[in-house]
Order: sequence, then C-alpha cells, then structure tokens
Amino acid sequence: MKPAPFRYVRPQTREEGLEALARYGEDAKVLAGGQSLVPLMNLRLARPKVLVDINRIPALGILERRDGELVLGALVRHRQLEGDPRVWEACPILSRAAACIGYPAIRNRGTVGGSLAHADPAAELGCVLLATGAVVVLESSRGRREVRIEDLFVGPYTTCIRPDELLVEVRIPAWREGTRWGFAEFTRHEGGFALALAACVVHLDGEGKVTSARVAVGGVSPLPVRLPEAEKSLRGAGLSKEGIAQAAACALSLEDYDDVHAPAWHRRQLGRWLLLQALQQAAGGGS
Amino acid sequence: MRDRISIALQVNGKPYRLEVEPRRLLADVLRRDLGFTGVHLGCEHGVCGACTVLLDGELVRSCLMFAVQADGCEILTVEGLNASGDLHPIQRAFIEEFGFQCGFCTPGMILAAYRLLQERPRPSAEEIRRALAGNLCRCTGYADILRSVQRAAVLLAEAEETRAP
Repeated sequence: MKPAPFRYVRPQTREEGLEALARYGEDAKVLAGGQSLVPLMNLRLARPKVLVDINRIPALGILERRDGELVLGALVRHRQLEGDPRVWEACPILSRAAACIGYPAIRNRGTVGGSLAHADPAAELGCVLLATGAVVVLESSRGRREVRIEDLFVGPYTTCIRPDELLVEVRIPAWREGTRWGFAEFTRHEGGFALALAACVVHLDGEGKVTSARVAVGGVSPLPVRLPEAEKSLRGAGLSKEGIAQAAACALSLEDYDDVHAPAWHRRQLGRWLLLQALQQAAGGGS
Repeated sequence: MRDRISIALQVNGKPYRLEVEPRRLLADVLRRDLGFTGVHLGCEHGVCGACTVLLDGELVRSCLMFAVQADGCEILTVEGLNASGDLHPIQRAFIEEFGFQCGFCTPGMILAAYRLLQERPRPSAEEIRRALAGNLCRCTGYADILRSVQRAAVLLAEAEETRAP
C-alpha cells in the first residue's frame, strides 16, 4: 500500500520546527528517521495530515560530552551510537544495544528521538536508557521541560510528549569509576524485533559493594520498566550468584502482557532469564 | 493538499530534476518515474530489504523514505554497478554461484554485499550472514548467496591485483 496524502513541512531551524508543531498540533507528526512511522503510513495505520520533517535541522544532530554527561540530539542515528568512540567511552551499554537494532540499513536512518517517541515496549533504547538514568528534553514554543526517562513512557507506544512538543535531546550520566553493566535480548532471528530484553547499570565501591543499581526490562510489560525490587535486593546482596538469581526473579512479578508473539508467562520467564544474563555480565566486569 | 515539490537527485552518477507529491516513496520514484526497475518492492514496511539502495554511500530502505527527503542526495541502485557495460564482479559472482534463483531479492542482496565488501574486503561467513540478515530470500537460497559473496570477495581482490602495476 501507499501512504495517504499529507502536507510536507521541512523546517531548517529548531524554532521553525516548533512553530510548525504549534500551528498544526494534533494533525502533525514529526518525521525523523521514519523507520517506524513510514511503515505505519505505508500500511495506512497512520494518516497524519502534516509531516514535519526535522532531518534538516542541524542543531538536533549534536553528539557531545558536556559536564559529565553524554548529550545526544534527537537526530543521532543508531549507526552513530554503535560506532562513535565518544559513546563507547561515556556509555558503552548504549553502543552495545544500538548494534542490536534492526539491520544496517535501518540503523543508518533510525534515530534516538524517533525510537523514544515511538515507545515500542521492546525497543532497545528505551530499556537501556532506563538503566542509565537518562533525562529527556522536550521543547515547544511554550517553553522547555525535562522529563526523567521513566516518566516518558506511559503505555505501549504512548509517551507523555504533547502534540506541540519536540523531543530535542537526551542527556545520559557518563560512566564513572566502578560502573558495571550488562545487556541481553532475545530475538527469533538476527536483527529481528526483540521479544524481551534486559539491561542493568551497577556501581560498585572499592570493596565491591553495590552502591547503586538500575535494572530495566523491556518487552515483558506493556512498557519498558525499571525493577525497583531487583535494585533493592542487589544493594543488599551484591553481585553474588545468589544476589543475581534473587534480583532476576523479580521479573516474574511483572504485569501481564500478551500479544500475538508470546503469552505473558513466556515473556516473564524470558525476562528473568535475560536479566540473569545481563547481571552475570555486570558481575563479570562489564560486558 | 496535492502539492508537488521540486527535487534534485543524483542517481548512478546522473543528475535528475523532477516534481513529486510528498507521499511518493523514494522506491517508487526510482522505479516508476526514473525507470530504475532494479529497485524491487516486496513488503513496503522495511522487513524484506528488496528495495535497498545506497543513499550518500550508506544502505537505506527506499520504501521507508519519501523521495522529497532525498532531495540533493546521491543514490546508487543496482543498475549503477555495471554502468560501464561490464557486469560488476559481485554480479558475476552471483551468476557463477547461482546466488539469484528467482532474482527478486538479488538487487538488495548485491547492494548489501557491495557495502559490506567496501568495509571488509575479506569478510568471514558470520560477517556475511550478519550483513545480509536484513534481506529476505523467498526462495531460501541463502547458502548460494553466502557462497556468492565469498566468491565476490575473491573476484574483487583479483580485479584489484590486475589493476595494480
């Protein structure tokens, strides 16, 4: 099938982009990499009246280290995350996860902002950014607000981004001494959509004690979630064999999520198994 | 609503200027408006890879882009590989190793292989599998396709040697 007709707007600056969104509001959709939106339009599951193509706004393509943070503009492509040495250095779990998104042709176009705004429950970036404690910056012609990544997702394919708002950048705390991480996902074939995935970022003090832990699972619930129970148990028991098993078991109590691909019980078991793998990677010293 | 936008494309080394409706997919503009029928459309939602082309040197799905987005860009389709009249070594390799079968996925496979071999002239079997994982062959001729890419690496290396003094 082919997309229904739409009006095409191509702003050259952030201000022009925000003006367009303010003007067209709910009639408009932002077009970034298009790797999720264009399939929906080709199938006519989405029929936006106006497309605001942000690809020619240079300010949205930034990738930099700033005040102990890694700052990613909305237009940073998955291929950049996968290969840029600054990302590997500041937040390696992000590069590792980006390499699992679709295929090279998809990663060349798909963007950080697009993936987050699409809010697929099993998307790699949403889950991994939950584990890193990222902050998302949203702008509109009314002003600017910062949202914690856990507040961005409100349901499957649903975020708190308002129709006139643009996700402009993501800020991620850069790695510090003693940071350990792990990432694991299950797909039915190379590059395919993940059925479930798990990510963890754990900080250890000089004696190997867990000082903080962030654990996230995707594809098991209707939206990617943190597991506060698992984090709490890791802070008590550490990255011992028992500690890991206890934390991973927390995935079994997640909310029901069934779809055509797998029943809820299967997703929860997968979540536990993947979390176990991710935590074992972290215990092993990194990845 | 049915406004048309003027765009400029460089396809296989030649410049084109045309007016398109914004909803026209890049794949359809290449195929129908410009006649590059080597751009195949299978699924139209980014799964099959038959519509793969190179956009400014990088692989993209031409069914997941509007032609207006490619305004000012350089595109390579499978037709651009043998612009000189001779078959490209990768095309020869696909014939020698029977990597085409029905031929529908072949242009996408060849362009994905082309990009892989630019980056890694001697890829391992695993690297070839990973690079081509996003291209589906409905004849399931994957073993022959894998051999074709391995053969292509040899032919390209030989071509490189004969060119050297």
